[in-house]
Amino acid sequence: MRVSRWLADRWVMIVALLVLGYLALPILVVAALSFNRPSSRLSYDFNEFTLDNWRQPCATSDMCDAVVRSVQIGFIATVVATVLGTLMAFALVRHRFRGRSGINVLIFLPMATPELVMGTSLLALFVSAGVPQGFWTIVIAHVMFCVSFVVVTVKARLAGMDRRLEEAAMDLYANEWQTFRRITLPLVLPGIVAAALLAFSLSFDDFIITNFNAGTTVTFPMYVWGAAQRGIPPQVNVIGTAMFAVALLLVGLSSLRGRRARRAALLAGPS
Amino acid sequence: MARETPAGDLRLADLTKRFGVFTAVDNLSLTIEQGSFFALLGASGCGKTTTLRMIAGLEEPTSGQVLLGDRDIARLRPYKRPVNTVFQSYALFPHLDIFENVAFGLRRRGIRSVDDEVTRMLSLVQLDGYGNRRPAQLSGGQQQRVALARALINRPQVLLLDEPLGALDLKLRRQMQIELKRIQTEVGITFVHVTHDQEEAMTMADTVAVMNAGRIEQLGAPADIYEFPATAFVANFLGQSNLLAGEATGASGGDVAVTAHGTRLSVPAGRARADHGPVHLGVRPEKLILVGSADQVPAGHQHVTGVVTDASYVGVSTQYLLRTGWGTELSVFAANSGTSTPVAVGSEAVAYWDPRHAFLLPRDAADTDRTSPVLDEPVGASS
Amino acid sequence: MTLLAPTRAGHPPPAPPAARSGRRRLLPYLLLLPGAAWLLIFFGVPLLQLAAASLYDPSGSLSTGYAMTWAVSNYPDVLQAYWPQFLRSFGYAGLALVLALLLGYPLAYAIAQKAGRWKNLLLVCVVAPMFTSFLVRTLAWKTILSDNGALVGLLRDVHLLAPDGRLLATPFAVVLGLTYNFLPFLVLPLYASLERLDPRLLEAATDLYASPVQAFRRVTLPLSMPGLVAGTLLFFIPASGDYINAELLGTPNEYMIGNVIDSAFLVRLDYPQGAALSFLLMAAILAVVFGYLRRAGTEEVL
Repeated sequence: MRVSRWLADRWVMIVALLVLGYLALPILVVAALSFNRPSSRLSYDFNEFTLDNWRQPCATSDMCDAVVRSVQIGFIATVVATVLGTLMAFALVRHRFRGRSGINVLIFLPMATPELVMGTSLLALFVSAGVPQGFWTIVIAHVMFCVSFVVVTVKARLAGMDRRLEEAAMDLYANEWQTFRRITLPLVLPGIVAAALLAFSLSFDDFIITNFNAGTTVTFPMYVWGAAQRGIPPQVNVIGTAMFAVALLLVGLSSLRGRRARRAALLAGPS
Repeated sequence: MARETPAGDLRLADLTKRFGVFTAVDNLSLTIEQGSFFALLGASGCGKTTTLRMIAGLEEPTSGQVLLGDRDIARLRPYKRPVNTVFQSYALFPHLDIFENVAFGLRRRGIRSVDDEVTRMLSLVQLDGYGNRRPAQLSGGQQQRVALARALINRPQVLLLDEPLGALDLKLRRQMQIELKRIQTEVGITFVHVTHDQEEAMTMADTVAVMNAGRIEQLGAPADIYEFPATAFVANFLGQSNLLAGEATGASGGDVAVTAHGTRLSVPAGRARADHGPVHLGVRPEKLILVGSADQVPAGHQHVTGVVTDASYVGVSTQYLLRTGWGTELSVFAANSGTSTPVAVGSEAVAYWDPRHAFLLPRDAADTDRTSPVLDEPVGASS
Repeated sequence: MTLLAPTRAGHPPPAPPAARSGRRRLLPYLLLLPGAAWLLIFFGVPLLQLAAASLYDPSGSLSTGYAMTWAVSNYPDVLQAYWPQFLRSFGYAGLALVLALLLGYPLAYAIAQKAGRWKNLLLVCVVAPMFTSFLVRTLAWKTILSDNGALVGLLRDVHLLAPDGRLLATPFAVVLGLTYNFLPFLVLPLYASLERLDPRLLEAATDLYASPVQAFRRVTLPLSMPGLVAGTLLFFIPASGDYINAELLGTPNEYMIGNVIDSAFLVRLDYPQGAALSFLLMAAILAVVFGYLRRAGTEEVL
């Protein structure tokens, strides 16, 4: 009776933890494989412990070139997509204008369209227009699919913002630009930063659309894809683990900052 | 406490609930008679809602029993109990219309034809014709009625009400108090009502239990509790009292003699909960009468002298503060009946009372005078 | 606001000059212009180009050029040639979706309603896989499901798998990979819905004689519908268009329509065929999505 009651109350949590384990398993394997000396190029099994991969992550230099290229593309695409998307979000939340629903559809569709379709259609366009594919066509494609996500993220933050704060600023003699600069922007900034991080991770990790529009340019995911046929150098797992660690660190730092801010607010007195 | 036919009585026996080291409900025992309107009254955090939730089955007791008749239901799942709740926030299902909200319990028990019952219930709470609206389309008072109908339709043996009127504004709350009382009389189901509003409890309930720190301080009819509180907490939680610290020197001739601040006073033995040692002598502010000098005090009455430091005119009465010689400020409520003349602030005055209106409570030796109400809800906030 | 009202009343009523109000009316369009143009040129126009390419003369080639011959027959041709891959795409994606619902619903529910102060940590755990590369993670499944791995060894020992049975390079591996890769997209919107579910409604339901199963069916499930619909779509759309899992974890026998499109464009360089396949995929997905939305009856999620 007691045991079955205990189980009945907690089975959801138990299942949830098992599912989280399923989600975490590949990451643990990647981390483990980053310390592996594989028995052969085509083997995926753990063979022998080594630190060599971490000591020389760039032993296969074309992989590191690909990583650098992905970072460059990700950076440019993020900056452009964040600017374009933020402007659109402001227009959508703060202004009334005709054609709003058309714009909403235009923003929504890229998120609902299979990447395969977006990738192949861009390819068809570039080929028929005679545009040589490479670094810049990848950037163009990445900006295209990141913009929508930026709009949605910034829009959510903007919509949740109290309009009265801006009214109060104007009441206290701030003109429109000062209000934007001193009040609106600082308040929306976390949303913009989140959108930029999202855009970067989408860009950095994209394979399908890139694959159709890269020409001979090799990004990190393209490199991994190609290497999967020829044999994966274990350094790929080093990059995978390092990416994970950096992202985790960023999340940890931001939550720590958030917590400290909350505590400070608590100490400052009831709000 | 035991009656002859306990078939439908709700009994809590040694009920205890601990959350970690915090004891929310401490060894609580009480009997709620079938068909009565019972109120659990207390400040927030006193354990009253936890008690209610244990009766409903939403919280499992750490120890003790919840008996309905002879059956211990303490460890039954909520959906196996003939007990229903009107939730504080109403908890109406937002995706169902009013009809389906009210029909929910019947349907869960496999009852097919619910139309007549639901219609009857909706008209009992005066919401005829609201069946196909959504909860969000109703006002707070209407939502409250739906929550009531949704619980009542199941004809539970006990209906639990968890601060059901807390979210309503003053006027609506008064109206619903009367309404609830009417419905309870009509359906004859045991109502257990949790509230922190002493006026609400006194207006509606046959029996009130005043809870404090997980225990029941006093249980009885509203008038009995008000006129003769059992503890200093009750005296100042239910209304307001002037409690003077004194020493009782024993009973003689039907009276208990008390010395307080050098004044010799007495209280009838029937109104004394202690007859020697440290005591509080209590008088309600409205039982004090303010006059200009001691020779206006009628025979058989007792009095203290002081200076009026404040007078607040509140319409139905004027509330005075009288600073006694030893520095305590007594509250005096003078009814605005047109018979007494106002007393000016700063003038000397005498407050007198009939000893039969005073009461005597045991007191911790360290305790001094107490005149201010328990600071939770302002006393008589709704009056 | 009460504080603001009197001070604001002190200002002269705002009477912007005509020129400024004209500029204000233009402002939203100026803000929208760059982004909208980008989307139109690099998302809208390419779709038209793809549509055109799907009607090119199939006998052309990249080197000789394509002629627009309105060759509608491209569509029945590719359908005839590749219907097994089409069916497989939707079959695998559908199976993966069922699996993902079974795994994802309890997870989302537990985080939203039961996790208490661990909520944020568990949410990070859900998103954490996305911190590292999609392809690298998928390759990790190759290690986990490997013939020499512990999992296969265990399953062979308990006779759930024949002594020469495999996990890798089977439909099972592909469906498992799809489930794994897109599970977070299902869980997050579902979590958002369940998080808004007031636990007191569940208390009210159990108080009104609903057993846990009934409370779930009558209260939890309907109230989580918006998240469920959104999550299902976010899962199903990329899963049915995916070809990475089939390529890395399966064999040509498990190829989905994505593999065919990939090779049509990048290996065989048969653009008309590839374009027709892409369009069919999109049409099929749209049909499934709208059919589903109609049945779910929650158009407002979009």
